Order: sequence, then structure tokens, then C-alpha cells
Amino acid sequence: MSADEGLSRRHFLTVATTAVGGVGLALTAVPFLASWKPSARAQAAGAPVEVDISKLEEGALLRVEWRGKPVWVIKRSPAMLENLANSTNELRDADSNESDQPEYAQNATRSLKPEILVLVASCTHLGCVPTDRFEIAPADLGADWVGGFFCPCHGSKFDLAGRVFAGVPAPTNLSVPPYRFLNDNVLLVGDDTGVAA
Amino acid sequence: MSNANTESRGAQFLAWIDARFPLSKLFKEHMSEYYAGKNFNFWYVFGVLAIVVLVIQLITGIFLTMNYKPSAAEAFASVEYIMRDVEWGWLIRYMHSTGASAFFIVVYLHMFRAMLYGSYKKPRELLWLIGMLIYVALMAEGFFGYLLPWGQMSYWGAQVIVSLFGALPYIGEPLVEWIRGDFYISDITLNRFFALHVIAVPLALVMLVVVHIIALHETGSNNPDGIEIKENKDANGIPVDGVAFHPYYTVKDVVAIVLFLIAFSAVVFFAPEMGGYFLEHANFEPANSLKTPEHIAPVWYFTPFYAILRAVPDKLGGVILMGGAIVVLFLLPWLDRCEVKSIRYRGWIYKFALGCFTVSFLALGWLGLLPAEGIYTTLARIFTAIYFAFFILMPWYTSIEKTKPVPERLTWH
Repeated sequence: MSADEGLSRRHFLTVATTAVGGVGLALTAVPFLASWKPSARAQAAGAPVEVDISKLEEGALLRVEWRGKPVWVIKRSPAMLENLANSTNELRDADSNESDQPEYAQNATRSLKPEILVLVASCTHLGCVPTDRFEIAPADLGADWVGGFFCPCHGSKFDLAGRVFAGVPAPTNLSVPPYRFLNDNVLLVGDDTGVAA
Repeated sequence: MSNANTESRGAQFLAWIDARFPLSKLFKEHMSEYYAGKNFNFWYVFGVLAIVVLVIQLITGIFLTMNYKPSAAEAFASVEYIMRDVEWGWLIRYMHSTGASAFFIVVYLHMFRAMLYGSYKKPRELLWLIGMLIYVALMAEGFFGYLLPWGQMSYWGAQVIVSLFGALPYIGEPLVEWIRGDFYISDITLNRFFALHVIAVPLALVMLVVVHIIALHETGSNNPDGIEIKENKDANGIPVDGVAFHPYYTVKDVVAIVLFLIAFSAVVFFAPEMGGYFLEHANFEPANSLKTPEHIAPVWYFTPFYAILRAVPDKLGGVILMGGAIVVLFLLPWLDRCEVKSIRYRGWIYKFALGCFTVSFLALGWLGLLPAEGIYTTLARIFTAIYFAFFILMPWYTSIEKTKPVPERLTWH
């Protein structure tokens, strides 16, 4: 064996040892990184919640908690639903193509039943809770305002289907969580098994 | 006779140690025979003040962990307990909260000093990069620590900042969930932020500070004239314009430390909340995941970047620009093409540009505290443009800059 051969052999062994050690280190990192994912307990605490909407009046909003976030259930009046069609050209994503919702809620009213709207009350900008501003043409939101949601943190505006207006920081419409009706008066938020799209 | 005897015993003991650990050698290299330009002015005290604040934060922090409980159910009450029931607990906590703001004040001034005198330029590029890493670690430390009192502003501040990662395409949402460890900012998030705040980041900070000082002592300190004193040495190899760090600058630093501690104590004892800037009013209400405060503003030291984030009417764009505002600082040594280091001998262009940058940084800091509406948004956009123009145009304006002749030796100012 010449001196050169010895060197290249030593070089190969050094590289191989480093590579094997590196892979071992990377694999050892996996359990540590994975330990940051939501734990079994956190996932169990994120279970679906039942909402009784029998006493929900037209134009009223009901807040429920699901996965630590507020979820709104709103019963829209026929006038409110009518307004949804009028403002579509001022919206960033009127058809909800870029937004987060179950397939069955990607329609004009963003809901299963036209009048009942279910939304995650978390601004798609940075997660603040928007305020419900259902009044018509309030002083601070201008004469064109026909009711919707306003985020006090960074000024994002949404209509009564949670669709975002253009020119505000929020990139997409408010999310619709998965949900289904257990019967006419009871809603299950967080579970939509059996709902056809 | 007995005196000489003890001295020699002391010397013997030192020799015993030196044979086993390079104590005298280290002291000479880093203190008594570390030479720095003899023309240092008050701008050169903020490095040592940053170390003083780091020590204050480490000691007060250790004592706070002895009574603080990192759980969503107990955190807020345990801070109240420290404030009301623990003997001197209020003092320890106010020192820690004031120390957080003090840390950023001295670090911002320390960084500004580098921009005034070109301390980031060759051969100190790495020193600047290490310093920037310290700055980023400090921001992480401030951010994680701010969640711990579990007040409304803690909660929603964390919510907003963690959501920033959600702007990244594809990996955004899973990444946010991974950081939180839950579907919202919860007990789990608080617990891990506590771990990061009390051990992971401080450990990194302390190590980076050591590396920063080693790098500084390799190249030698810059000075207000921006002249390399090592290029002009006497027969003994000592820079003719240098003075030993100890005792000359240790004594100067002691004066600065005393003045700093007077100001620090004044805040701790008379204005610990600093009118809502050091401790925000909304944080005296326990965290509520279902209700956002009317107006969310981060603590003052993050507001320049927060104002940039809000100036952009697009989520991903805002996040990119905010991150970019920090990244461009890393690139400073390579953006500045001017050979002359100190502002004393640089042309009017750099003085004007640095002035614009300073004004826009302060203005953005102020705008970040205000609600994002109307004229404030317009102003934030203008100052964001100036902030980035300072860096983006730098290779151009620093290469056409007309500089003054740089003297051979340090001047007396």
C-alpha cells in the first residue's frame, strides 16, 4: 500500500464516519422536534363542540369556544343575505378560491344553510378577534358599510359572509370550521363526517 | 518584613495557579495589555453597559423563576404574588422589567455607535455579524419573556407574532401549530416559551457575548477617528495611540456604570411602568383567548419593525419586509463601499443618509405605538421607504461620496 493510497483510505474513512455521525445526529433530532407538536392531550382538548341554536334570533351572533378560539354562529336576516351579492367587486376573494373553508361552504353564503354562518373568529392577518359591526353606515366605517366584521388590530374588514375586502392587511376570508347539523337546532363544530360537498 | 512576606506568598499562590490555569495571561491579554485608542468618547460605554444589564437580567431572572409558575392557570397570579407577597419581590421584578427596556436602549446606542464610526467595516465584519446575532437573540429573549406574565398584551402580542410565521406559503399553518404546540396560544405554549426564555436563549446569549468579545480583542477596538492604531506601534510593539484597557478604560467604564445605575434606579423606583411603555397597561388584565384588546402595540423596542409590518397592505409582503428590515442590517459591512470609517472624515452624503435613517427609525418606533389608520399608515409607508433606501442605495452613494483626508494619528477631541 503506497502512502497515497493510505491517505485516500483515511480520507474516505473520515468522510464516511462524519456522514454516518451526521445522519445519526439528524435522526436523534427528530424526537425532540416532534415533541413540539400538539400532544395527545392537546388534540383531545380540541374535540368538537355542540351548539344549540334554537334561541338564536335573526341578526344575532353566538360565540362558542372551539380549540381555544372563539367561533361565531350568526343567523343572517334576508336583508343581510341580499347585501352579500352587492359588494362582490370590492372583495379580494369573492368566490373563496384562496380561502380556508370546507368544500360545502365554498358558495355564495359560505355556509351549509344560507342563513346560518359559522366562522372562526380569528383574523386571517395575525389572529386577533374581529368585532361584529352589523350596523349600517357607522361614522368610523363609512357610508358604504352594510354590516360585517372589523378587526381592531390592523383594520381588516370582512362582509357578512366573512369575506375580506380589498386593500386591508388580511390576505384571505375568515375561516369556516368543519361543522354539521345534528338536527335543525343543534350544530356540531369541529366535525363534518357525512356532510356532502 | 511581614508585608513583603505576604506579598511573596500572594505571588507564590498566583504562580501556582498560573502553572495550572492561564489566569495572568488571560488578564494581560484582555485587560492590562489590551490596547484601545486613547480617544474614546461616551459612545464607547454602551458595550460594557450591555454586559452590566445582562448580569442584572441573569440574576434577577434566576430569582424570579423561584416564585414564578409557568402554567396558564397560575402564571398571572404568581406574578401578582411576586409583586405583593414575596419580600422585595416587587423590586426584583421591576429590575427585570426595566432591565429589558434598558437592554434595548444600550444595545441600540451601541449599534448606532458602530454606524457612526464604521466599526462594522473591515476587519470587523465578523464582529458586526456576531453582534447582530446577539441582537436577534435578544429580540427572541424579549419576545418569549413577554408572554410569561400571561396578561392580555402578553397573550395577544404572542398571538400576533407567532401568526407571522403563518404567512409563509405551504409550511405556514403547520409551522405555527408546531411553535404553539396547540391549536391556540395555550398552557403548552407558555410552558415552552418559559423554557426558551430561562435557559435556551440566555445560554446562547452568554456564549455569543463571549464570542463577540474574543472577536473584538482579535481585531482590536475601533475608535472615533476610525484609524487602526495597530498600524503605528512603538519599539515594544505597543500601539503609540493606544492605552491599556485596564486601568484606563475600566475606570472610565465605572463612571458610566454609576451614571447608568442612577438612571436605572430612578426608573425602577419612580416610574417602573414608564407611563405604559415599559409595562403596558393592558397587561394588568389576565390573558383571555376569546377577547382581543382594543389596541395591540408591542413593547417600544419592537415598534419600528411592527410599524413596517403594518405599513404593507399584504400579509406575506409585510412579513417579508419586516424580516428584511433586520436582514439588511446584517449586510451593512458589504453595502457600505466607503473606505473611510469614521463619520468625522466622511462626506455629507453619508451624514445626510444616516440622519434620514435615524429619523425614520425613531419615527417608525413612534408610529408602531399608534393605531394603524389614516395619516399614520401613510407616514409609516414613507418612513419604511426611507429606512430601506438607506440600505439599498448605500452601495451607490457611498462609492461616490467625497471624503475628507484621514489623519495618520488619533486626534484630540
